[in-house]
Amino acid sequence: MTKDRLVYRHRIWVRITHWINVVCMTILLMSGLQIFNAHPALYWGNASYFADPLVAISGFPAWATLPGSEWLAMGRRWHFFFAWLFVVNGVVYALLAVLGGHLRADLAPSRQDLRQIGHSIRQHLRLQFPKGAEAKRCNVLQKLSYLGVLGLLCPLIVLAGLAMSPQLDAGYPWLLWLLGGRQSARTIHFISAFSLLAFVVVHLLMVLASGVWNNIRSMITGWYDIGDEHV
Amino acid sequence: MLGGCDRLSDNLEFTKLLKSAEALSRFAQRMAVGRTALAREYGEADLSAEFRANGTTEPSDPEYQRLAQSEFADWRLAVGGLAERPRSFSLTALKELPSRTQITRHDCVEGWSCIGKWKGLRLAALLDLVAPQREARYVVFYCADAMNLSGDKYYESIDLDGAYHPQTILAYEMNDRTLPIAHGAPLRLRDERQLGYKMAKYIMRIELVADFAHIGEGNGGYWEDQGYEWWAGI
Repeated sequence: MTKDRLVYRHRIWVRITHWINVVCMTILLMSGLQIFNAHPALYWGNASYFADPLVAISGFPAWATLPGSEWLAMGRRWHFFFAWLFVVNGVVYALLAVLGGHLRADLAPSRQDLRQIGHSIRQHLRLQFPKGAEAKRCNVLQKLSYLGVLGLLCPLIVLAGLAMSPQLDAGYPWLLWLLGGRQSARTIHFISAFSLLAFVVVHLLMVLASGVWNNIRSMITGWYDIGDEHV
Repeated sequence: MLGGCDRLSDNLEFTKLLKSAEALSRFAQRMAVGRTALAREYGEADLSAEFRANGTTEPSDPEYQRLAQSEFADWRLAVGGLAERPRSFSLTALKELPSRTQITRHDCVEGWSCIGKWKGLRLAALLDLVAPQREARYVVFYCADAMNLSGDKYYESIDLDGAYHPQTILAYEMNDRTLPIAHGAPLRLRDERQLGYKMAKYIMRIELVADFAHIGEGNGGYWEDQGYEWWAGI
């Protein structure tokens, strides 16, 4: 491999916040399932209509929860500690992304990007990934999904988590209004968590399909191999 | 990784680190929410058809059973500790104190919510009668229900900010009827900005204290001693 095939694709703070996020999201999901298992049913509105839940299951298996055994108090400790870390990490990322130009340069789709959506979808379906100059930048589907996750889904899951706090509901009654009630907020929190999980699954499949070592190296060292096609 | 995390859950130093988030949440919520911000109140139409009773629903304590037989005519609430004028009250006397009626949402730490209507005396009015001393910082509620075989009884504590909040009441009525035993007769706490486990049922005695390190295992409540947060704002 020649040196000029390697491009510096991820800045250091993008890499650090990415890996902190990996830890946070894993622990938040698993401790969240532990908390959910204390009352494994979902409702819509402010209160729980026990006779008429949206969903009621017998709970998630022990291998999916943190801690592994039934232990709500400890699940809550893990969850709230890593929720703070997740939010602080997200705010740091958002500030650097806006101030450092990452958002504008790397994530905001250009007009040309938007015209290529159809082309990009066809490429993804064939599992063909850009090489050469094109591989230096995110493609339009990546941009849109990252923006959706970072700009909508992450804020939504945090907001829905906060709306479950009776203390914050007292100070900010619009939280309940916005999310449709306390039990609705819990349901939205749950749906957002599984939407994030779905994103992560697709993200990992794309990493596998487009070159696992190259991707992992670039998210650790920053350097990505853009392949043979001449620039 | 799972085994590792489970070992960490048993590591005292690590769980202390996790617990540091509680102090952060308490500080942030105090900063973000005014002392007197009211919990949302609902309408009659919102009342839950089934209000789940959690924890103890029928205390087995013989003394409690005896009091319940006479519909708590002989029950008296002792209010003492760091108070200038400690005294005890009959249920009739408590019902003559300034009361408040509120339809509020009860959020259980397990995740469910129910909406109920509560009538009770304002805790602030009761505290004014006994006059807390300057050093008093917490109000501790001692309850009739034993929680385990060794007979440890339920207890809870809230700080004075919580105690003087306009919606903090000691309820003796629920949904326009005498408070049922399953929901904590003759008297239970309503602290509408915290989770359900803070709202002690079957209250027998109230004590004003400067700190709660010497009570129970020192964490401020029965569930707190089992690892739950003293600050149950989320």
